[in-house]
Amino acid sequence: MATAPAVDQMPAESATETEEERAGREQFERLISEDSRIEPRDWMPEAYRKTLARQISQHAHSEIIGMQPEANWISRAPSLKRKAILMAKVQDEAGHGLYLYSAAETLGTPRDKMTEDLIAGKARYSSIFNYPAVTWADMGAIGWLVDGAAIANQVPLCRASYGPYGRAMVRICKEESFHQRQGFEILLELANGTPAQKEMAQDAVNRWYAPSLMMFGPPDDDSPNSKQSMAWNIKRFSNDELRSRFVGMMVEQVKVLGLTLPDDQIRFDEDTQQWEHAPLDWNEFKEVLAGRGPCNAQRMERRREAHEDGAWVREAAAAYADKRATAAQQKAA
Amino acid sequence: MSESNASATRITPGNALRPEDIAAADLRPSADVAEYALRLGDDSLILSQRLGWWISRAPELEEDVALGNIALDLIGHARSFLSYAGHGLDKTEDDLAYFRREPEFRCAHLFVQPNGDFARTIARQLVVSHYQFELYSRLMHSTDATLAAIAAKAVKEVDYHRDHSSQWVLRLALGTDESRRRMIAGLKLTWPYVEELFVDDQLIDTLGEAAVRPSTLRAPFDSLISALFAEADLDIPAVPGAVGGGRAGKHSEHLGYLLAEMQVLAREHPGATW
Repeated sequence: MATAPAVDQMPAESATETEEERAGREQFERLISEDSRIEPRDWMPEAYRKTLARQISQHAHSEIIGMQPEANWISRAPSLKRKAILMAKVQDEAGHGLYLYSAAETLGTPRDKMTEDLIAGKARYSSIFNYPAVTWADMGAIGWLVDGAAIANQVPLCRASYGPYGRAMVRICKEESFHQRQGFEILLELANGTPAQKEMAQDAVNRWYAPSLMMFGPPDDDSPNSKQSMAWNIKRFSNDELRSRFVGMMVEQVKVLGLTLPDDQIRFDEDTQQWEHAPLDWNEFKEVLAGRGPCNAQRMERRREAHEDGAWVREAAAAYADKRATAAQQKAA
Repeated sequence: MSESNASATRITPGNALRPEDIAAADLRPSADVAEYALRLGDDSLILSQRLGWWISRAPELEEDVALGNIALDLIGHARSFLSYAGHGLDKTEDDLAYFRREPEFRCAHLFVQPNGDFARTIARQLVVSHYQFELYSRLMHSTDATLAAIAAKAVKEVDYHRDHSSQWVLRLALGTDESRRRMIAGLKLTWPYVEELFVDDQLIDTLGEAAVRPSTLRAPFDSLISALFAEADLDIPAVPGAVGGGRAGKHSEHLGYLLAEMQVLAREHPGATW
């Protein structure tokens, strides 16, 4: 992961700073200190812009790649109601990708460029989507654990200092909480179903638990970007704080499901007021991040294929729009 | 008509008629009405299954959303029609979708045609959306209150599907040489299955004013398609019509694969709820 410069390395004042830049910087610093919002036309440090552009585009890519494991079950959903809900959910994710690409575009990077970077393997997306969704219960576990972790991460982002990002997150979080509930409901139905269904549910929770905890990012002492993002009011809580809070919620909810979490070390530490869990396999995390997960190649190939197969359609739409515009101009002349 | 029967149809047509409302109501469609509802439900179910494939594979994100929306509308219509048919057959929507065999399905051949490329999918959408719009805008006046209520809700949604497919036919036909070539090829592959949609049969005779006579939809369908094709500089494909038979359970080779995939999980766990 690229390292953003630490606060004290930022060029607070430089000899070449113009009057306009100085005013912009002072306003930026004032807005951040007041916990107000930065808007697209406001002056912002280049590192702030880059950090956000990277974070928002990664988030958008995650929504788009994240459609794939769930789309894998649309055709086989075991009831028409579940099929309809799943289609709506995957469709929501495309919508989230669209809002987020739009938010990232306000920072100056066009969507086409972001898509090219994704397809070229230059941009990241959430590692969790490199795990396979092999049973129907995975639709439940992804909704409950993966969307649950995403919500825990994203609710504080609704207050992110960059306006377009914060506002996109408000809308996304509302839909994500539906997604989490539908995931929980799928698992609840399975857990109360036949022995085979219950086994399917427990197996899915066992597989998705640790990867979902890793969604919060590396431990705080190994998370180089966190400090700066917190200083800029993009990030509000540390990775470990959010992870601990999430474990505390899941440990209660799993009881309602009548299932168990595959972790016998969960406990509430009275001293730190944090939920503790078993150590996570960060080597696995790094391996998946480096492209050596179960589905990295498959996910990228699918996105590349859809993009390339659709090129002629996008070209046709653009050509048609041009012809219409030309015809309208000629008519007006 | 019992009180609960009234509850499914008391809802103002077009407003919030959910498949669950129909399933929960005490409705008693005749065997003929149930058979008719199966036809309409199967058409939408099978096409929804086809369109769902595009979600995460469309040419642009906006189309993932648009085709997903259409698939969702269609599965909603299918659930309503199948729930209603189920009242006459003592089955649930899921019994009908997941536990019928191939010859028991009543969809016309058009709906199960492969997606092909985006142009072929759009060609199929063009025909379906225009056919369904004409159908539902008449079925909303059916003497059967439940069919009328389902149609009144569906027609508004299908109107958008019509707009979506027409806009894409124009873009593809008038866009680039490649898109035009593909659009023409897609229409050619689709057109053999148009005829079957407009065939009357004995069931339609029996149902009278409860159903819509398919042959009466042909002229308005042709007129709308001709106007659009004139604008898009397209010709009606000169291809022979295929022998239909879907309404009688005689299907193409495609349906078996589609059902195998759709039904596999439900059939692995008979009797389970999800």
